[in-house]
Amino acid sequence: MRYLYYPGCSLKCTGRSYEESLLAVLKALKIDFVELNDWNCCGATAYMAVDESKAFAIASRNLALAEEQFKNEKEIHIIAPCSACYMVLLKTQNYLAHNAGEMKKIQSALKESGLSYEGKVKIRHPLDVLVNDFGLKEITKAVKHHLKGIKVASYYGCQTVRPLATFDDAREPVSMDELVRAIGAEPVDWPLKTRCCGASLTGIIEQVGLPLSYIILHEAAKRRADVVITACPLCQFNLECYQTEINKNYQNDLRIGVIYFSQLLGLALGISPKELGMQRLFVKPEGVYKAVKGGETVYV
Amino acid sequence: MGKTIDVKTFALNGTANGRGEIHRRIKYESELSRDFKEKIAEIAYGEKLYSCIQCGTCSATCPVSHYMDYTPRKIIQMVREGFKEEVLSSSTVWLCASCYSCTVECPKGIKITDVMYALKREAISSAYHSKHFPASVLANSFFKQVLDHGRNSEGPLLLKMYLKTNPFMLIKNMKLGFKLWKTGRLSLKTEKIKNKRNLNKLLKNIEKAEEAEAK
Repeated sequence: MRYLYYPGCSLKCTGRSYEESLLAVLKALKIDFVELNDWNCCGATAYMAVDESKAFAIASRNLALAEEQFKNEKEIHIIAPCSACYMVLLKTQNYLAHNAGEMKKIQSALKESGLSYEGKVKIRHPLDVLVNDFGLKEITKAVKHHLKGIKVASYYGCQTVRPLATFDDAREPVSMDELVRAIGAEPVDWPLKTRCCGASLTGIIEQVGLPLSYIILHEAAKRRADVVITACPLCQFNLECYQTEINKNYQNDLRIGVIYFSQLLGLALGISPKELGMQRLFVKPEGVYKAVKGGETVYV
Repeated sequence: MGKTIDVKTFALNGTANGRGEIHRRIKYESELSRDFKEKIAEIAYGEKLYSCIQCGTCSATCPVSHYMDYTPRKIIQMVREGFKEEVLSSSTVWLCASCYSCTVECPKGIKITDVMYALKREAISSAYHSKHFPASVLANSFFKQVLDHGRNSEGPLLLKMYLKTNPFMLIKNMKLGFKLWKTGRLSLKTEKIKNKRNLNKLLKNIEKAEEAEAK
């Protein structure tokens, strides 16, 4: 099966290594995909705060583009790796399906601009595709370096499983932990898997955002995780890039690698750190590199 | 017509202002905006607002409720009672980070995050709104950027936001910005979609449909 790929804005900028690593992993596993033509921003959380109808309209333009691009395919599955994109597309689809009036309004507005939307698209998270379509057994078969002895804190963030949990549980998700096990590493049992990282507050209202990120990192470190893995570009950014600031504010010597689940998976599949965009990290996940190269530290 | 009065009462344990006094603002019923709740209940599943039992699960599960001037539970009740001014000028609305914990946990199925979005929209168009509060400036700048270009460019967006709210933050974050730029994670280039006309047309059509609805 062929998938459509919807990168979203962050994966082309601050979250570049999420795109680099995810696409490298999909290629290595021979999962066929093509990028959605001329996609636009999903609207994230900001658009909804200003104009609801327009927020649903811009999100549904992407779904309409998907229907157009894959009109000859049997099924239309679109992979949205960014949590916000995934949630917004899902929420838009869900809302339109249950609100005939709004659906009609959006459909006719799309039609007048030369597009059509019938609600045929299936919105998929890459974790869902990897764990449920490709399968954990197949992943284990493809592993070149079993990441033995590495303790991994799987951090799902908010919007991957909330509010519309489709492939995992909203309170106690497990798919990332299963993936960690499938590549030979050890998932850490911890309670903050879906606790908010502070989202856009961390960058703009520090006194509220920073402690939220700090709580998560502190808990992961306390439980002796070697690395935190995320599935969201904003979570990764907050948890990694503000570590200096967090240490300054809370007088702590926190230093823990925060990488994308696709980067960890990529290392296990034998993909080079550079192809996985790991040279872009601020905090090198030393423990992970050591396990990959059997005790030797690999610098990228 | 009534008017707001301030009452002074006494606390036994000497909390409040250190002299054992508590100041409370009392509002008369006639000053409340009774139709406020109807406006908010217009959103999808909004009528569920009326079934709130004030259990406080939302406030307990909210990761930022202790920073808010009113907790989410209080906000819901204040909306229902018509405390429009207090709600729309509260920090609560803008501190909601859309983590959807409350929405998932609410035993009555109230979409609290969506209520917060509705309040954000009301706040922006109201007179009570602080134009320099970073969270709302960010939302507005983001909205405009996507309207103009179809995509969001993180570099220019943050630059604009800091200049509008707190230029000091720009200086403070310079080092972080440089590191991001060095690792290829920040660019000042504005990302654009190719078929901007198509997006413009779509948004125009939505505006037209809404005007027709309003009539």
